[in-house]
Amino acid sequence: MENFFLDNEHLAFHLSHPLMKSIVKMKEKNYTESKRYDYAPLDFEDAIDSYKKILEVIGEIAGEIIAPNAEEVDKEGVTLANNVVTYAKGTQQNHEVLKRAGMYGLSLPRKYDGLNFPMVISIMVAEIIARADASFSNIWSLQDCAETIHEFASEELKSKYLPMIHQGNTCSMALTEPDAGSDLQAVMLKAHYDHEAKCWRLNGVKRFITNGDADIQLVLARSEEDTTDARGLSCFLYDRMDNAVTIRRVENKLGIKGAPTCELVYKNAPAQLIGDERMGLIKYVMSLMNAARLGIGAQSVGLAEAAYREALKYANEREQFDSKIIDFPPVYEMLAGMRAKLDGVRSLLYETSRFVDMYKLFTFEGKERSLSNEERNEMKYYQRLADVYTPLLKLFASEYCNQIAYDALQIHGGTGYMKDFPVERLMRDARITNIYEGTSQLQVVAAIRGVSSGTYLKRIKEYEAIELKPEWQVLKNTLVDMTHRFEKTFAIAKEWNNIEMFDFNARRLVEMVGNIVIGYLLILDAEHHIDYTHSAHIFIQMGDAQNREKEAYIARFTENDLAAYQSIK
Amino acid sequence: MNLKIVVLAKQVPDTRNVGKDAMKEDGTVNRGALPAIFNPDDLNALEMALEIKDRRKDVEVIVLTMGPGRAADIIREAIFRGADKGYLLTDRKFAGSDTLATSYALYKAVQKINPDLIICGLQAIDGDTAQVGPQIAEKLQFPQVTYVEKLNEADERQLVLTRRLERGIETVKVNFPALITVHASANPCRPKHAKRMLKYKHAHTLSELQDQNRDYTDLFKEHPYLRIEEWNAESVEADESYLGLSGSPTKVKGIESVVLTQKESKRFTDKDQDIDQLMKELLETRVIG
Repeated sequence: MENFFLDNEHLAFHLSHPLMKSIVKMKEKNYTESKRYDYAPLDFEDAIDSYKKILEVIGEIAGEIIAPNAEEVDKEGVTLANNVVTYAKGTQQNHEVLKRAGMYGLSLPRKYDGLNFPMVISIMVAEIIARADASFSNIWSLQDCAETIHEFASEELKSKYLPMIHQGNTCSMALTEPDAGSDLQAVMLKAHYDHEAKCWRLNGVKRFITNGDADIQLVLARSEEDTTDARGLSCFLYDRMDNAVTIRRVENKLGIKGAPTCELVYKNAPAQLIGDERMGLIKYVMSLMNAARLGIGAQSVGLAEAAYREALKYANEREQFDSKIIDFPPVYEMLAGMRAKLDGVRSLLYETSRFVDMYKLFTFEGKERSLSNEERNEMKYYQRLADVYTPLLKLFASEYCNQIAYDALQIHGGTGYMKDFPVERLMRDARITNIYEGTSQLQVVAAIRGVSSGTYLKRIKEYEAIELKPEWQVLKNTLVDMTHRFEKTFAIAKEWNNIEMFDFNARRLVEMVGNIVIGYLLILDAEHHIDYTHSAHIFIQMGDAQNREKEAYIARFTENDLAAYQSIK
Repeated sequence: MNLKIVVLAKQVPDTRNVGKDAMKEDGTVNRGALPAIFNPDDLNALEMALEIKDRRKDVEVIVLTMGPGRAADIIREAIFRGADKGYLLTDRKFAGSDTLATSYALYKAVQKINPDLIICGLQAIDGDTAQVGPQIAEKLQFPQVTYVEKLNEADERQLVLTRRLERGIETVKVNFPALITVHASANPCRPKHAKRMLKYKHAHTLSELQDQNRDYTDLFKEHPYLRIEEWNAESVEADESYLGLSGSPTKVKGIESVVLTQKESKRFTDKDQDIDQLMKELLETRVIG
């Protein structure tokens, strides 16, 4: 019996983080929910036990059903006929089993038929499912659209649509248009209010919409006439039952072939406003995108886990020159490096999820009662961290996912290039992670704000202040040195007083910070579990070398260098 | 009218993934070396009971299992998948039972529940006898339908079922009370349901709690549904002479390890003439037709 939760001890490890106590206590309203719901936990230990029980079932479904289906799903893809998108047979089976197991909506409140699980757990579920089949994890994770409905929609919409999630109705978010990709302010799809029918009407085209034929769709549209910027955009809910959207085509993609990517034409499609007009992009879609980026982080880590395992297995089986290939330095260097990146970025994934949990929990708490000053400060603290950690995670997780899949294929040699092994699919699937939900280049634009504001640095100093066992002193010294070098480098970049030069080097600065953050997370993990010792060692050594290179680059960078690059324009 | 269904389930060693130490030297199954699982056919049986429950609201699905204390695991599993409750029939006096003694003990327990319908898996993967279900039906004098593959109809008085037979299928109608045995080709069992798992994860037998030195008196008082009832020979009013070794006329004379070898082979080409010849031979030897 394959079980993708039980065979991966790193997952249970991340449930043992001390902050989980606060998260679960707040989520369970100090364990008072058990009086109203017979499936609510009685205390912290009971809650963790419940999470593990559910993760175990998901792990079994992932290992026994979703993963074995993945190859056929990739081959079969999706079909469009009579304006209906049909999933591959395996995808249908995956969806059906999870639906019958009552797993949809596990992060929603119990009054909407959810299990009231924290973000950390739903992210862990997403990671497990992505390891089994990344394309299915898209369909699965889009249920996070429900979070946006839950947070911002009217009670009327919530009580109608949220229980539908638990019943297995699918979601999609329709943001992108032919001329509005990274730049969502340019969205043109038009919304106008139909006074007679007392609903909004949508007209226009959306493109590259993942799971575009979903039951429930969140649509970003221009509700304010004669506007051209973000402030004219609102967020709407379109119900597939209204049958007013034409699916013009489904894309033929490099990877994630089991997840349909649709071009949609809205013809006077009825829709309902979510929250307030004009707040569509500024507030709701930003929140939706942040959740989606965290989800892609989970997908990337799950995919990377799958690729790493394939590579490790192959390197142990394949013999050349009378030795297993894992015995050759270039091969074990790759594998140990993959493992270090994987351990590191998973730690970043759950650190970010905890920040998001804490900030969201305070936000919801604040709707029910007024928070104390101390609580409000704590909320702001976690919100700031969630805001800067999310793009950092998306950047590192998706890039590492690609690097790990690339190396995994390399370890397979010529065999890996063939369709006979899963690694080629993993590599194709990985390629989208650093593109959708904001490219890596756009994550840098978001993350550099955390560099400039000093939010990362503040957090790094907090990690630095944590007392560790003496055996970590050497690695910690390296991290302290890396931090000094970063501060020095950042000061140089600021002194340029040249926005273009600064932006040109933004990625280098963000990556310097990321290497330090992940390095700290890994020694903190190693402090609690011996398993992370080598990964911490390898990662910090690698990160230190990379940061020195970036430091050297920035230290010598001049306007002349920039001009050389600009000559290409 | 309330319909009471008993599903008979057995905890078995997982003989599908057999390693070297799966058999003891005397040829019996080494239960310690194999993980204990829900007998696969019994899961199909449970699913059929739950399908009847899906169609009619007034159905109670009760799981009955006979085995050691740890067999409570499969009662929990059945409840997670949708069963209403379960009974564990456990007693040292049952040790060494063959199918006759087993069916007697289960028959006594079933009588106590007094169901309208009993659903069993066709056979258990440890013994592969397929005898226990039919024997219980005989003792209860219930009509029995074996090899059931599909539930077609379920109404107040009767079931319409499809049987999977060697050379085809057969559709039969049976009135309650009845006993049916379900074939592995029937619908696979639904998964464990999230909310049911969280609600019933604390369901235990009293012996389990005593073994763990936990006091659950209050919990059982507040949540009576968390108590898994245990029955023994006395509570089902069984006659001891029919139980265990003394009630088991089956004696294993010897066990032989048989290695199958290919004895003779014939070659046929893909020419029409050869294929004709092959068909003739197969028909003559009654392999097909």
